[in-house]
Amino acid sequence: MLTDNEKWMPLIVTEDTPSQPLAVEASNEDYLDRKLRNQRRMDAAFRGLTRLLAIGLLGLLLLMIMTLVAGSMPAIKAFGWKFFTSTDWDPVAEQFGAMVPLYGTLVTSFIALAIAVPISFGIALFLTELTPRFLKVPLGIAVELLAAIPSIIYGMWGLFVFAPFFAKNIQPWMTQNLGELPLIGVLFKGPSMGIGMLTASLILAVMVIPFISAVMRDVFELTPSLLKESAYGLGATTWEVISKIVVPHSKVGVVGGVMLGLGRALGETMAVTFVIGNSHELSASLMMPGNTISSALANEFTEAVGEIYPAALIELGLVLFLITFVVLAFAKFFLLRMQKREGAIT
Amino acid sequence: MSTVTPAPSAKLIVKDLNFHYGKFHAIKNINMSIPDKRVVAFIGPSGCGKSTLLRTFNRIFELYPKQTVTGEVLLNGVNILDRRQDTNKIRAKIGMVFQKPTPFPMSIFDNVAFGAKLYQNLDREQLIARVQWALEKAALWNEVKDKLKQSGASLSGGQQQRLCIARAIAVRPEVLLMDEPTSALDPISTAQIEELINELKKDYCVTIVTHNMQQAARISDYTAFMYMGDLVEFNETGRVFTKPQVQLTEEYITGNFG
Amino acid sequence: MSQDFLYLRRKLTNRIALFTAMLAMVIGLGFLIAILWTLLKNGMPAISKRVFTEITPPPGESGGLLNAIFGSIVITGLGTLIGTPIGILIGTYLAEFGRGSWIASTVRFINGILLSAPSVIIGFFVYALVVARMKHFSAYAGACALAIILIPVVVNSTENMLRLVPNSLREAAAALGAPQWKITVMVTYRAAKAGILTGVLLGVARIGGESAPLLFTALNNQFWSTNLSSAMANLPVTIFQFAMSPYEDWQSLAWAGALLITSGVLLLNIIARTLLRRKAMG
Repeated sequence: MLTDNEKWMPLIVTEDTPSQPLAVEASNEDYLDRKLRNQRRMDAAFRGLTRLLAIGLLGLLLLMIMTLVAGSMPAIKAFGWKFFTSTDWDPVAEQFGAMVPLYGTLVTSFIALAIAVPISFGIALFLTELTPRFLKVPLGIAVELLAAIPSIIYGMWGLFVFAPFFAKNIQPWMTQNLGELPLIGVLFKGPSMGIGMLTASLILAVMVIPFISAVMRDVFELTPSLLKESAYGLGATTWEVISKIVVPHSKVGVVGGVMLGLGRALGETMAVTFVIGNSHELSASLMMPGNTISSALANEFTEAVGEIYPAALIELGLVLFLITFVVLAFAKFFLLRMQKREGAIT
Repeated sequence: MSTVTPAPSAKLIVKDLNFHYGKFHAIKNINMSIPDKRVVAFIGPSGCGKSTLLRTFNRIFELYPKQTVTGEVLLNGVNILDRRQDTNKIRAKIGMVFQKPTPFPMSIFDNVAFGAKLYQNLDREQLIARVQWALEKAALWNEVKDKLKQSGASLSGGQQQRLCIARAIAVRPEVLLMDEPTSALDPISTAQIEELINELKKDYCVTIVTHNMQQAARISDYTAFMYMGDLVEFNETGRVFTKPQVQLTEEYITGNFG
Repeated sequence: MSQDFLYLRRKLTNRIALFTAMLAMVIGLGFLIAILWTLLKNGMPAISKRVFTEITPPPGESGGLLNAIFGSIVITGLGTLIGTPIGILIGTYLAEFGRGSWIASTVRFINGILLSAPSVIIGFFVYALVVARMKHFSAYAGACALAIILIPVVVNSTENMLRLVPNSLREAAAALGAPQWKITVMVTYRAAKAGILTGVLLGVARIGGESAPLLFTALNNQFWSTNLSSAMANLPVTIFQFAMSPYEDWQSLAWAGALLITSGVLLLNIIARTLLRRKAMG
C-alpha cells in the first residue's frame, strides 16, 4: 500500500540531523549518565531483594519439612509404620503410637465441619441474598470479628461456660435419648463431664464457621448479577435462585471454602486443648475425653524428656503438617479454579 | 507551500517499524518523519494502531510481556529502540500524557517535582522555580499557586490533565506524546488543553493521537491517517482534510467509512 | 388448582429456606454475643489498677499482669517489625515483578497454605531451629515464630492491594523515566497505602492473640524481664496457664487478660476495616 509513499509524505528535512545532546548542558549529561547507572543498579537490587525473599518463603517451607523430618527421625526409626496403628502412649516405657491423637484430630474436625458447613452456608446466604443493605456491612464485620477472636478465648469460653452448660443440660438428654439407639448409641454413652471429644468438636465448629462463611459469601458474590436477575425475571423465588443459580455456579468455590475450614480445624490447638480432656485412651464414646495431635503437642512438648518422647511428638507434628498441607492445597486448588473461571468470564 | 516557509527539520524518524502483540500484527512497516516544533496528529478508527505507534516512541509498551517491535525510531539520529539505549533516559527526553489524568497520590508540588528531580541536579530553589515554570507553561499556575501542598487528586479533571502536562514538561523533554489527552474531559477543559498544545509546539515536537477529527484539524500542522496498522496518508493537515490523496482517507474524513 | 398448589409449595419452600438461613445467622451472632458477654462478665470485675501495675503473682497472692502485657507488646512488636517488611517485599514481588512467572505462582500457592498452616507447627519449627540451638527459650524466638505467622497475611494483602492500583499510574510514572523501584516505592505503595496498612493491622491482630507458637519459643516468665534473649512473659501463654490452674485468683487474672487481649484484637480489626472502607469510599 505504501510502495509509493513519497507521494503522500510532507516535505520534512531528514538528512544529516546531527546527533546532538539534550537541550540541557553538557555537565548535566554527565550527571544524567551517572544517575541512570545508579538507578539501574537500584532497580536490579530492589527486584533482586523482593525475588530473593519470595524464594526464601519456599525455602522456609522446605526447611520446616526438613526440620520436622530430622527431629522425628529417632521415632521413625524406632516405630516405623507401627506408629500409625498403635494406640500406645507410654512415656515411661517409651512406647508411642499416633492412633489416638490422629483419630481425635480427624473425628473432631469432621464433626466440626458437619455442624459448621450448614450453618456457614446459611450465614453466607443470608449475607449475600437476604440482608437488607444497611445491615450488610455490620453483619459482615460481626462475622469477621468472630474469626478474629483469639483461639485461647474460645478455649476459655468452652471450658468455663459451654462445657458446664453442656454437661448439665444437653449431655444427659443425649445419653438418655441417643445412647440407646443401635449402632450410633455407643457414641453418646458415658458420664456427663462436659469436656471431651464432642465438646471439642462443637467449639471447633464455632471457630471455623466464620472462615467458611466468609469464603462462601465471597464466592456467592461472584455470581454474575445478570444471571440472578434473569432468573428473578422468570419469576423464580429467592430460594430457587440460590439453589439453582448461585450454588451450582459457585460449587467449586464452596468446596474450597469447606476445605479451608477443614485445614483450620485440623490444626487448631488452644481451643481444643482446653476442652478435649487430653487422654490417650481410645474410646468409642464422643462424650469421653480424647486427644488431638495439636493439643498433645501443646501439652506435652515442653515436658518431654529423653530422645524418643520428643521425637514421637515431632513426628505427630509432621503428620499434622502433611495432612493440613494436602487439605489446604486442595482448598487453594479449588478456589483458584473458581477465580480463574470468573476471570475468564468477565 | 514549502516554498514559502522552509521545511521543518525532523525530530523523530521512523524506519520500517513493525509491531506485534503476540501474533497480532498491529503496525505494518511504517516509515515517516515527525517534524520538530510542530503538532502531528494521528487519526484513524479505533484499533488502527495509532496509540500503539505512540507507545513505541517512548518504549512504554515494554512494561507488558509479549509485545515486540522491529525497525528503528531515531531521535536526534539515535535509534531509541536499540536495546542498549537506557529506556529511562529515552523517557526523560520523550514525555507522555495519557488518556485519563493520572495524578500521583502526592501533593501538587510533588507531582510536578517527581520527574524533574529524577535526572537533574536541582537544588531546592531551582526545583521550586522549575515547578512554577512547568505549572505556568501548563496554564495551571494561577489556579494552584496557593494550594501546592494539596493532593493532586483534589483538582478537577481538566486541572488534573494540565497537572499531568506540567509534570511531563517539568522533565524538559524534547518530544511530547499525547494519547487522546482530552477524551475524558469536558468541552471547556478540552478547549483549554488545545490552546495549551498550540503554545507548547513553540518549544516541543508534539504528537497527539485523537479520535476526534475536528480536533486534529483545529490543532495540528500535520495529520497522519492510519488504518489497520498501515500509515495510509501523512501530510499537512490542510491537505489531508481538503485534498486527500487516497480514497480511504477521503472516505474516513467525510464519514462515508466502512 | 394444581398450579395454585405448586405456587404455594414453592412459596413455602422459599419461606422455610430463608428462615433457616436467618436462623444460621442468629446462631452465628449468638456465639459472638455469648463469648463477648462472658468476657465482659468475668473480665470486668477482675480488671483493676493492679492488673496494669503489678507483675504476675504466685498462687494465693495478689498481683497483676504487667510483665505479661509488656512481654506481649514487645514480642508482638518485634514480630511485626521483622515480618512486615519481608511480607511487603514478597507481596511486591508477586504483584509487580513476578507476574506470570512460575516462581510467583508457586510462591503464591505456598503462601496461601502457610496462611492457614497450624500455628503450633510453626512454634515447633522455631523451637527446633532457634531454641534447641541456643539451649534456652527467648523472646527473640517468640518474635520469629510470630513473624513467620504474620508474613503470609501481609504478603496476601499487599499483593491484592497493589493489584488494585491501576496500571495507568505505573505507566505515567514510567513515562517520566522513573526507575521501577521508585515507581513502586513512591507511587504504587502510596496509592495502596491504606490497603497495605490494613493488612498489617489485621496481621498484628492475628499474631497478638496467638498462644500455641509461643508455648515452645518465648515460653513464659513469672518475673519481670526485659531481656530479649531469655524467656519472657506474655498474655496468651499466661492466660492459658492461669485459666487451666485450680487457683481462683489466677483464673480471675486470666479473665482480665482475656478481656484485654480480645479488646485489643477486636479494636485493631475494627480500625483496620474502617480504614479500608473509608479509603474505598474516598
